[in-house]
Amino acid sequence: MAPVIDIRGLAIVLGGNTILEDFDLAVEKGEFVAVVGASGVGKSTLLRIVAGLIPSAAGTVAVAAAAAPDRRPYAMVFQDARLLPWRRVTRNVEFGAEGLSLDRKSRRARAEAALSLVGLGSHGLRYPHQLSGGQRQRVAIARALAVEPEILLMDEPFGALDAITRASLQDELVRLWQETGKTIIFVTHDIDEAVYLADRVILLGGKPGRIQSQHVVTASRPRQRDHVEAQGLAAEIRDNLQNTVSDGGGI
Amino acid sequence: MSTAPDGRRPAPAGPGLFRHPTFLAILGFLGFLGIWEGVTRFGLMSPIFLPPPSSLPTAFWREVTSGIWLDRILQSLDHYLAGLVLGSLLGIALGVATGMSRTLEGLTAWVIRVLRPIPGLAWVPFAILWFQISPAAATFIVGVGVFWINYYATLSAVQGVDGDLIELAESFGYRSRLVKLVKVVLPASTPGILAGVRTGLGQAWMSVVAAELFGVAGLGQRMNEAATLLASDIVVVYMLTMALLYGLVDAVFMLIRNRLLAWRP
Repeated sequence: MAPVIDIRGLAIVLGGNTILEDFDLAVEKGEFVAVVGASGVGKSTLLRIVAGLIPSAAGTVAVAAAAAPDRRPYAMVFQDARLLPWRRVTRNVEFGAEGLSLDRKSRRARAEAALSLVGLGSHGLRYPHQLSGGQRQRVAIARALAVEPEILLMDEPFGALDAITRASLQDELVRLWQETGKTIIFVTHDIDEAVYLADRVILLGGKPGRIQSQHVVTASRPRQRDHVEAQGLAAEIRDNLQNTVSDGGGI
Repeated sequence: MSTAPDGRRPAPAGPGLFRHPTFLAILGFLGFLGIWEGVTRFGLMSPIFLPPPSSLPTAFWREVTSGIWLDRILQSLDHYLAGLVLGSLLGIALGVATGMSRTLEGLTAWVIRVLRPIPGLAWVPFAILWFQISPAAATFIVGVGVFWINYYATLSAVQGVDGDLIELAESFGYRSRLVKLVKVVLPASTPGILAGVRTGLGQAWMSVVAAELFGVAGLGQRMNEAATLLASDIVVVYMLTMALLYGLVDAVFMLIRNRLLAWRP
């Protein structure tokens, strides 16, 4: 089967800086891919390219089309939840779905289902400022799920959360992924998080950014956080990251 | 905070009756009236130059029973509301448009730099040339002042909208400017826009009075008329009327605003 994301020979130039160059990446349907690397190496840029938010200077980016007019091909989750403060939680979750050919009732039903899926079924009438940081991030995930995307693009979604909240959201994400079969690209600077979550970890490095190494995580699910093999893999990735930084890559 | 030797804190000193804000406000107000009244009672100033508060109810009653008071209020409200609505809507519309379009911002940059510093009242000669001494002239003067306030408030509100929210909208496929305007930009800038409208509410009263001093019928014109007859008590009646009207309009506006912004913490 054709990959859902197929990037070939991609180059990105922003403000005169070449961020990525000669970049190839294929992601299969249902795959959970984590992207790690030093800050400024182009991890977030990669997601924005897939989402069509920034133009590419060269190469092709093929993203599988939405399966139906009431679905989106992809949806993004950002590090900050980016909820609209003037909308109640349910209306925030409906935000993305408003652009789809979907009547009011089914849209509301989807939003409520998505909210239940992230464990906030009873919070629909609250305003964002009445939620905790973790709850806000769950709403952002529900908002992404409500457009029933094929691909979830997640840009350090748990980076701003405390350790306990982060761990529980990680486990929930894995559960959601297993239940829905979505393809996920998950950008993070936390290598342990990447190894814990993903099937495949991609290390970006260098300037302009390239794929330095790829690592398949074979550990079976549900995974243990202190799994020896996973820790070995994380150490290996960390070593590679050190090398890319000392080679004059991003900082 | 210091702690008493036995470890207990002293009871927090809440405002006693004599330091209660409402009590203080009433006390201050009565004091103000007393001094005002005293100035004429003790012959420090002639009642013609400063009518004592005790003379106002009679003057007020004369104006009300003759029907002039209500007439002038309605005339002024007419200029006020028409100028306010027109000026605010145009100001908001242009503010949104320039805030959303770099091209329009560039095109209007110098025009606005030239027109902006001209005080609203400097337009009086043109108001008279174009509209003669008519309600339309007063509306125009009021509208000009309100326009700039709303234009700048809206422009900065729109330009201050969090770019991350726009990016969010784009990530869900909302690429057209109109959709982004409706879904993100307008709701996000509503607090700023309403702050401009509220400033305009006050500014517009000043313009109303000033515009009417040139003879357009209304509160300002009646004040001017009374002043030339040395009926200063009537002038004060209308000054207080304006304060009352402004207070009412502002209170109604705040009710609407608080409903619109109920989502704010």
